[in-house]
Amino acid sequence: MWKDKAMRLLMVSAASTSIFLVALIFIFLVKEAAPFVLTPGLRALLDRQWIPVSFVQEHFGILPLVTGSALVTGLSMLFTIPLSVLGAIYIAEIANPVEREILKPFIELLASIPSVVLGFFGLVVLAPLIKALFGLGTGLTALTGAFLLTLMAIPTVITLSEDAIMSVPRAYKDASQALGASDLQTIFRVIIPAALPGIIAAIMLGVGRVIGETMAVLMVTGNSALMSWSPLAPVRTMTATIAAEMGEVSFGSIHYQALFWIGLVLLAVTFILNIIAQRVLVRYGMMK
Amino acid sequence: MIMKIKRLVTGVAVLLLLLQVSCDSGPKESSKSQPVSKAGSQKAISVKGSDTMVHLTSSWAEQFMGHYPGTQVSVTGGGSGTGIAALLNGTTDICASSREIQGKEKELALQKKIDLVEHAVARDGLAIIVNPANPVAELSLEQIRKIFTGEYANWKDVGGPDLPIIVLSRESSSGTFVFFQEFVLNKADYTPKARLLAGTSALVQSVAADQGAIAYVGLAFALDAKATVKMLPVKSTDGAPAVLPGDETVRAGKYPIARPLYLYTNGSSSPEVKAFVDFCLSDAGQKIVTETGYISVK
Repeated sequence: MWKDKAMRLLMVSAASTSIFLVALIFIFLVKEAAPFVLTPGLRALLDRQWIPVSFVQEHFGILPLVTGSALVTGLSMLFTIPLSVLGAIYIAEIANPVEREILKPFIELLASIPSVVLGFFGLVVLAPLIKALFGLGTGLTALTGAFLLTLMAIPTVITLSEDAIMSVPRAYKDASQALGASDLQTIFRVIIPAALPGIIAAIMLGVGRVIGETMAVLMVTGNSALMSWSPLAPVRTMTATIAAEMGEVSFGSIHYQALFWIGLVLLAVTFILNIIAQRVLVRYGMMK
Repeated sequence: MIMKIKRLVTGVAVLLLLLQVSCDSGPKESSKSQPVSKAGSQKAISVKGSDTMVHLTSSWAEQFMGHYPGTQVSVTGGGSGTGIAALLNGTTDICASSREIQGKEKELALQKKIDLVEHAVARDGLAIIVNPANPVAELSLEQIRKIFTGEYANWKDVGGPDLPIIVLSRESSSGTFVFFQEFVLNKADYTPKARLLAGTSALVQSVAADQGAIAYVGLAFALDAKATVKMLPVKSTDGAPAVLPGDETVRAGKYPIARPLYLYTNGSSSPEVKAFVDFCLSDAGQKIVTETGYISVK
């Protein structure tokens, strides 16, 4: 009997370890970021400039970083969503087993490319291409970053969307075809609407993946903290800022605390995205 | 040559790791004040810091180990700030820095009872590089300042073609970034449009690729990339003659954008550390300085 209990205890602790760790990380972030609230106060974060090293006046406004992340993420979703959803439909509904066996491993392979390798590819191949294509001075732009992030988001979104499409009951398809609908009609009028919550959740998780990505965007987006909505402008994302500056900031300084605030904002955003995705899935009975 | 150094450095790093693992059970208490130096008969010292100096410090380390086979020297980059932090935390024996230690860091050293000793071991000119296709032949310090602060946004403002200027800079964590801001920009902020790139090689590559680009890099790197980028002569004032950075012009103080490079040590450190610093300052060490494209202090 005691064996059962011990085993149970072991498993419970194993299962709760990750929750415990997340809580610890959160506490750590808050603890390091907290003094910023007193001096210089949270208003400083709403500045429109991010100039952490200055002999004149430091500015710790995270707005340009937030818009930078938003711009890159939004652009990449613009490419990711059609590519992934159409791809998922093909793999789930149209491809024959042989095609599926070829496509799926390659898509999963894409997920396993280290992001620094993708970043290097972006710097050497993609940036010159974009520069030539749009006649720019340099190819280090938000668009370049968005393309790379698309490559990273696609595996997540395709795999999850495909699961969602696969989980649509067979009967829906049969019924639709029995009523005389063509394959195309069945897919777009019956299967996609039925799988939509799952697809939306997949996209949300894709956004979460993209917004937290660091290395590739650090290498190709030019990292200027500008507030701009132009895809051809350089941007500085929240993740790139933390990665570039955390290494040498002096511990406990206001700059250090500001970086932790960026971390908190990032954590909050991905957390909310994940919760929404889960809610959508549960609500529509695609996850128990 | 570079490959050789890299291989050597990796080899040394691996050795050091093994050494640390093998004597992990050894005297742990003393490791705080004298990191990794008392490990058996094989002495090991570590140099950490400035990316600008990595080239130089690894060449020194290579030669030094040839002279003193009993000592292993490991070299890591990461930036001047990183090196200083490591020295203060006791995780490196020597810090290589391309800027002077600042007030806050000095205070921290006092708190931690670290007796910082500064050794000026070399000088470095900061070269202003542009794309080879850029017809601009020279710039004054004032013009450079206006370009990097964003006042001038087009090459025609400085007598060049009608082409937007793309300002490239190191990340704010770089010692070079801070030096350039303090002494060339007169402590003004960089233009927010400046693209901040991680590392000198990224700067050189971007300048080589983009016609309107301008950047500042250490002289040694600019000389290495002579085929792909153009170094601009710099005038200290509008009337002064334009001077190209080079061994002679930097040493004579004619080239206006130059800075000393430092090694920082803890005063109470091991004899090996002292031997290494002495070696860097010796004639043999200073010869390496010149060979690797920096300027000797002698």
